[in-house]
Amino acid sequence: MIIEHPLLGPRDAQEFTCLGDASLINRPDWQEDDAVNRFYEYLYLRDNPAGEHRELWYHEQGDRSWLVVTRNTVTHEILRVELAIDVARTARSKDRT
Amino acid sequence: MAEYQLEPINALGLSETVDAEIGLVRIVENNANSLASIAIRLGNEKKFSSSARKLLGFALPGPGESASSKTYSAFWSAPNQWFVEASEKSHADIAHILKEELAEMASVTEQTGGWCRFDIEGKTVTSMLERLCMLDMAGMKAGAANRSVIEHIGVFLLCRREHEAISVYGPRSMADSLHHALIAAAKSIA
Repeated sequence: MIIEHPLLGPRDAQEFTCLGDASLINRPDWQEDDAVNRFYEYLYLRDNPAGEHRELWYHEQGDRSWLVVTRNTVTHEILRVELAIDVARTARSKDRT
Repeated sequence: MAEYQLEPINALGLSETVDAEIGLVRIVENNANSLASIAIRLGNEKKFSSSARKLLGFALPGPGESASSKTYSAFWSAPNQWFVEASEKSHADIAHILKEELAEMASVTEQTGGWCRFDIEGKTVTSMLERLCMLDMAGMKAGAANRSVIEHIGVFLLCRREHEAISVYGPRSMADSLHHALIAAAKSIA
């Protein structure tokens, strides 16, 4: 499997490790009143779709960047690769507006 | 500059560097360089680039690239992070020298003792390294610098001359394993 790294171009999957669902970026605020419930959902309740799935991948044997890889779990086709830092920043600026 | 009283041994454990000629390639252990990494501290990006350019004599390279002047060479290792090489003779305490100039703008880490370097030269260097590493070796231009894996060992591969000369940096604690992998690959195509 080849992952098209946004900075470095096509790289072999051997260089990466997969963490899992990209929703892990959205860590709940521990000071919220319903923090316990939110963390329960954050930790244990994941979607497991047969099809398009957003995942966090780490370029461990490369530039050590976190990537959000959109992948089809049925066909293994990789549809999109973004830097996780960009994804998180975009989400945060949307939150502010 | 610090004065060292002890004689260090090389990464492969000998007092002489190891030099092997196999088929059309030559693999030479190189211990003549000092190494440090620099990482920009958040919010200092602009100030840092002009100071680094003044100090090193060139603009720091982009992803997958390297650059050099007479004294220093540097290669990109991660966003906002680079490795800087200089001669061990003049820059034995390279981290200190860089830190004095870059001060609070960047974090500087001494790397010399953590890495070993092998310089590989010869007509078959591309086909030799293709047997070891998943990078596009044939597509590597002079000045390309990439981190990847050779036999489960994380390495930096720096292309000095296209299809002709490559330097490999690997963890010093795995120098012998890395050297063995290089020698085995060289023998397999000799």
